[in-house]
Amino acid sequence: MLNEYFFVLKAEWMLIAIIFLLLFLKVGTSDWKNETLLYGINILLLVNLLVGFFSNLEGGLFSGMFHNDALLILEKNILNLGVYLVSLIAYPWLKKHEHVLEFYILLLTTLLGMFFMISSGNLLLFYLGLEMSTIPLAAIANFDLDKRKSSEAAMKMIISSAFSSALLLFGVSLIYGTTGSLVFTEITPLLNGSPLQLLAFILLLAGFSFKMSVVPFHLWTADVYEGAPVAVTAYLSVISKSAILFIFLQVLYVVFKPMTTEWYFMLFFLSLLTILLGNLFAMRQTNLKRFLAFSSIAQVGFILLGLSAGSKTGMASVIYFLLIYLFSNLAAFGVIGLVSAITGKESIDDFKGFYKTNPFLSWVLAIALFSLAGVPPTAGFFGKFFLIMAGAEKGNYVWVIFAALNMIISFYYYLKVVKAIFMDQNDHPIEKLTVPALPKLAFIICLSGMVLTGILSWIYEYIHTLSNF
Amino acid sequence: MNLTLFLLFPLATAIAILMASGLKQIRVIALVGSLLQLALSGKLLLAYYEQRAAGNQSQMLFEYVQKWYGPLNLQYHIGVDGISIAMILLTAFVVVAGILVSWETEQLSKEFFFLLVLLSLGAYGFFISLDVFTMFFFLEVAVIPKFLLIGIWGSGKKEYSAMKLALMLMGGSALILVGMLGIYFSSKTAGGAHSFDLMELSKMNIPLARQMLFFPFAFIGFGIFTAIFPFHTWVPDGHASAPTAASMFLAGISMKLGGYGCLRVATYLMPDAAHAYSWVIILLATIAIIYGAFATMMQTDLKYINAYSSVSHCGFVLLGIGMLTQTSINGAVMQMVSHGLMTALFFAAIGMVYSRTHTRMVAQLGGLLKIMPFISTVFVIAGLCSLGLPGFSGFAAEMTVFMGSWQNPDKWYRLATILACASIVVTAVYILRAAGKSIMGPLGNDSYKDLTDAKWYEKSAAILLIFGILVVGMAPFWLINLIQPGTEFIINKLAVVATGL
Repeated sequence: MLNEYFFVLKAEWMLIAIIFLLLFLKVGTSDWKNETLLYGINILLLVNLLVGFFSNLEGGLFSGMFHNDALLILEKNILNLGVYLVSLIAYPWLKKHEHVLEFYILLLTTLLGMFFMISSGNLLLFYLGLEMSTIPLAAIANFDLDKRKSSEAAMKMIISSAFSSALLLFGVSLIYGTTGSLVFTEITPLLNGSPLQLLAFILLLAGFSFKMSVVPFHLWTADVYEGAPVAVTAYLSVISKSAILFIFLQVLYVVFKPMTTEWYFMLFFLSLLTILLGNLFAMRQTNLKRFLAFSSIAQVGFILLGLSAGSKTGMASVIYFLLIYLFSNLAAFGVIGLVSAITGKESIDDFKGFYKTNPFLSWVLAIALFSLAGVPPTAGFFGKFFLIMAGAEKGNYVWVIFAALNMIISFYYYLKVVKAIFMDQNDHPIEKLTVPALPKLAFIICLSGMVLTGILSWIYEYIHTLSNF
Repeated sequence: MNLTLFLLFPLATAIAILMASGLKQIRVIALVGSLLQLALSGKLLLAYYEQRAAGNQSQMLFEYVQKWYGPLNLQYHIGVDGISIAMILLTAFVVVAGILVSWETEQLSKEFFFLLVLLSLGAYGFFISLDVFTMFFFLEVAVIPKFLLIGIWGSGKKEYSAMKLALMLMGGSALILVGMLGIYFSSKTAGGAHSFDLMELSKMNIPLARQMLFFPFAFIGFGIFTAIFPFHTWVPDGHASAPTAASMFLAGISMKLGGYGCLRVATYLMPDAAHAYSWVIILLATIAIIYGAFATMMQTDLKYINAYSSVSHCGFVLLGIGMLTQTSINGAVMQMVSHGLMTALFFAAIGMVYSRTHTRMVAQLGGLLKIMPFISTVFVIAGLCSLGLPGFSGFAAEMTVFMGSWQNPDKWYRLATILACASIVVTAVYILRAAGKSIMGPLGNDSYKDLTDAKWYEKSAAILLIFGILVVGMAPFWLINLIQPGTEFIINKLAVVATGL
């Protein structure tokens, strides 16, 4: 029994151990240099990532409130990998920061919250995990302590997430009112699509849409992404979005399975809006972080398309896409973060002529953008192709054609950045930057991820076998 | 014979280029790599003859299937027939010539040759694939190198042209994506799964309504790559702004990807729809031929002249495919080969002139024959081939298209054929005018006196391409015999439908 408590919750225990270790370091009066600390923490995170692959135990705990299976283990490993990469690319920024330990304590707490959230089998634990992952996140959005924009971002984030949590909670209470239960497995058979349940679902969907920044619930995204430190933006746009999507998959595919027709059409309209508006706004951005914010909104629209399949392929394609999206987006944010930490430049115009001075970083950024745009041979091509393919499964070709045409728009704005880097002339380009070892490691991991995840089909096949639908 | 070598060679070349340092090393590696490719394609041709002589009648030779994405039934399926071999040979010729022509690229030479090799990798991969997904993959692999090649090393309004080209080609890809998903979800293999496999798909009949819906997507999607009217606008800008080698690759290889796709994917897999829509294809092709020819007349820039004439010439490819007779489809394939060689030669000649005189305006040139006899001769040969002089490949190919088209008894189709034929006169006008003005007559500028004739690498590139043009022109039956078995399968599938309707 004790064994079970330990191994089923292993990923969570690992994080708790690290968080407490960092807390002790903080409380102790040790006066370590930032570099030493950062290297130490990154090694801890690497260990955490590696341990995640071994001696996992599947099963349920606390009478089904918490459960763990092969797919969840994979998802947690993906999140662990993402956090490790975020931590690597945050190095140039954190090196000069005076609150490194606090940053990591808050960061890992949000991750812990996400783990509980995706493992939950009960709406209460789900809500608890969600809040645990949101509130510390707002705190670290404020971590550029001397920038007003950073505080503004944190404020906007905490207000909008409070609002979305309220919607979610209202949905949860309506579910409880109509079915008399909060346990996922008990709710499902009692769902019959009655108006009240439909309202409950819409409220839940709205809450989720806020977190995933689906249009028309996206308004906070760009401002928060712009104001927050780059590493936090990267974390928000990749890790926390992936975690929300993982649990959203479970909610749609397992809990709300009886209401498939209803949610299919809701996703349809949300996705059309999201793709279109995300793309149109992304075209007009001049700040790279805002640009990536809108592009990531558009990406969510594509994810919804794959999600709509409601099948094993749909589930696999979404998880697979998120894995690739993690590599691509983190590579892009890594380069932008490095440049921003050293020179403070973040706009597309500043990146003109970037290739002349920094060829390696330029290629990393360009390949990341190609991967986001879905151009082969990068993995993004496979990710997007499978999403659209899953979406076509139900024969809704209006949606497929719409998505395909929107890929051209998205191609335009990604290429615009590539054009600035490679082709435009600039009298004062960003000077030659030395890439520290840790971010370099992150870039190499991301590059190999962006190339190999696509060509090596067994990664997709593995995800497909795990997709429990 | 292992066809995967066609991917491994360019890959190895590309990696070697990344390792190398200095222009001298890089260009030698690129040249050796491309020559090895050429040798490999020659070997493929011989192996093909050997198999056919031994009585192997199967549609595709040297097939190899490897499961790729198991749950989705995607495969890495490769194999070749005569049509693909003709295209592979064309690619190999143009790649060698393109690399020779870029011998002195100083600016970012490593990236330049790397991208050229990557582009050729995409083309080879596309031509050997027998799985629509793999084809699509390689088709798109070739898009980004074009964008970068034009945008970085180009001239004139290069950023605009690069963006236009990339977006229009991506638009084509998006249409193809819809079309191929339509095919995929209409298919059902013996095991009940969907399939992208070209050979499997050719054995089943896609329901008529589905064909009518998805044929336009697939055909126009591939058509954009081969400059179908009214989606040809990327061609002039893209070609004119591109550096010489990229223009050669674009017109010589990349536009052929589209023609091949139209034939192999759209027409072959959806024959009912091909019959139903053939009048649209012919209409668009005829417009492209005539409009392209007249638009060329108005051009003053040599590269624009060749680019617009490419629109016109690629119209013949689509016309041949749209006519749906065996001779016309043979002609379409021949026209692809012929146009690929001819236009690559033309762009090479223009590039040689431009690198010396620094102008491409016909009005500013003149009297080049006296100063650079070799380049001028190449220029004239390319021009004569383009206007279809007997003895050169252009004549053989266009003649075959016309003969095949005339076999179609419908009076409107014959009208289209006549109109297309008439465009040759216009072609003669603009070619002769451009050649006459820039090569004959007094010197356009006194400073031209000190210019030198072609260097060895330029000469070898030109001679290689002229060799190809002459072989196709003098012995067209050789090419027809090569592609005939391939087109026969396509025609048989089309004929079954025609009688069944």
